[in-house]
Amino acid sequence: MTRAVAGVGAICCLGGAVVLHAAQERWSPPQVDRPELLYVRSPAVAKRTALSYGAISADVYWIRALQHFGNERLAPPEHVRNYGLLYPLLDLTTTLDPYFSIAYRFGAIFLGEAYPGGPGRPDLAIALLEKGIAAQPGKWQYVQDLGFVYYWHLRDFKAAAATFQRAADMPGAPSWLRPLAAVTLAEGGQRSASRALWQQLAQSDEDWLRSSATLRLAQLDAMDIMEAWRQFRRDRGITPPVPNDPSGTPFVIDPATNDIAVARESKLFPMPGQIQSSR
Amino acid sequence: MNAARCVAVAVFRESIRDKVFYNLVLFGLLLVAASILIGQLTAGQDVKIIKDLGLAATSIFGVFIAIFVGISLVSKEVERRSIYPLLAKPVRRAEFIVGKYLGLLLTLLVNTGVMTLALYVILFFLARGVPEPIQRAWDAPALDPALLKAFALIYLNLAVVTAVALFFSTYSSPMLSAIFTLGIYVVGQFNADLKNFDRIVDSPAAIAVAKACYYVLPDFSKFDIKLAVVHGIPVSNMFVAATAGYAALYIGALLFGAIVIFSRRDFK
Repeated sequence: MTRAVAGVGAICCLGGAVVLHAAQERWSPPQVDRPELLYVRSPAVAKRTALSYGAISADVYWIRALQHFGNERLAPPEHVRNYGLLYPLLDLTTTLDPYFSIAYRFGAIFLGEAYPGGPGRPDLAIALLEKGIAAQPGKWQYVQDLGFVYYWHLRDFKAAAATFQRAADMPGAPSWLRPLAAVTLAEGGQRSASRALWQQLAQSDEDWLRSSATLRLAQLDAMDIMEAWRQFRRDRGITPPVPNDPSGTPFVIDPATNDIAVARESKLFPMPGQIQSSR
Repeated sequence: MNAARCVAVAVFRESIRDKVFYNLVLFGLLLVAASILIGQLTAGQDVKIIKDLGLAATSIFGVFIAIFVGISLVSKEVERRSIYPLLAKPVRRAEFIVGKYLGLLLTLLVNTGVMTLALYVILFFLARGVPEPIQRAWDAPALDPALLKAFALIYLNLAVVTAVALFFSTYSSPMLSAIFTLGIYVVGQFNADLKNFDRIVDSPAAIAVAKACYYVLPDFSKFDIKLAVVHGIPVSNMFVAATAGYAALYIGALLFGAIVIFSRRDFK
């Protein structure tokens, strides 16, 4: 057999395999929702099997965590969202690389996010941040994030203020943390304190934190609009037309409560007040 | 030592002939592809991940070269029977062993050096155009000189692995040498566990054996400062110097051992 014949044979076989592969996709049954699997669940086992390649293994798990969160969050509405693997993936990531700041900080935001936008597990967000604080006790950012979880997700303003105070006392902490702690404690969770916190976070160096803060500030603006709408209805006794929310989507009147609410199609959904009703 | 130099140069040339450096092309492609893709997959952690990937790939590629080229350094000469004319020349067996070792070390030096340069080039292009405030938020600058310490310790790690492979290669078949070297490499990663064996075992004899293994087996975890360097955690020059001293002594022990075994071998 000449070399040319062998070469042509190889190309033909490869071409045939590609064609068959493409054709098979049309014949195969429709895809079903298959649950994702996590083969290694124990962080201790993962750390050992990674040998001296813990950091690169942590990167792989981090990318998997991002993909898992993104896939569930952006899945079509008929898909039942299940964020069950998020915490195990973040736990593995941070065990393999205990200094992976963004995995603690971003991970806590993911975990605390209300269902269906996230798993709605502020308890796990706290556990993750406490793990980060144990690994890097001098990192005031983790303590600040912890205070934020108490403030935003758990509405425990006393714990939030104490945690912001703890962060403010740490070396290198920015000067705005101390007044924030005071404002949080004094106002007991009023919107102005929340706005102050998010405006500080909107100055962050991290893109994701800035965009998250922008969204939260828009949610606070939406709350102001809704409050003004309710006030108008109370004062005048008539139901005014529903305005647009700050993302440009019209508000809706919730038939169950006859109250104004952010539409499900809005980028601002779910609002902090809508957490319980949408879970 | 002129003979050792000639043997070393021959080993280096052979590695070029065997296309060992093809892995550099693979490494370059891996880094370029990763630097393009990772920005899309991660949340602003591209520089950290590229550093992790570059250091891990340098170490993995190096370990494979050290083991799979190292195990055949002596056994291939014996199998091909090219050892007979070689030893008939004025080449002492010690010079032969040292020359073989230095030749592979030179190959690994070129390999690690090119990989270091490639990583710095990729990091330079990644960091270019990133605003200063964002760069300040990184754990360590993109073109952090401390990365060189990590590369230096990776190279020393490879030098010890090469010495282990060469040691086994002097009296064992390539297959067994590969298994032994890989075994030592893996055990060397868990050396710290041997030290703490007394926490899980009560037998004094078992504890003594574990302690002895802890001190005698190479501690490869010493050479791993990748995580610290990537996160900008300072690694003292004293630590690097002490680890280099440890590597030199361990390599010395293995090479002397290899020379003793090889000198006693009968090639009749």
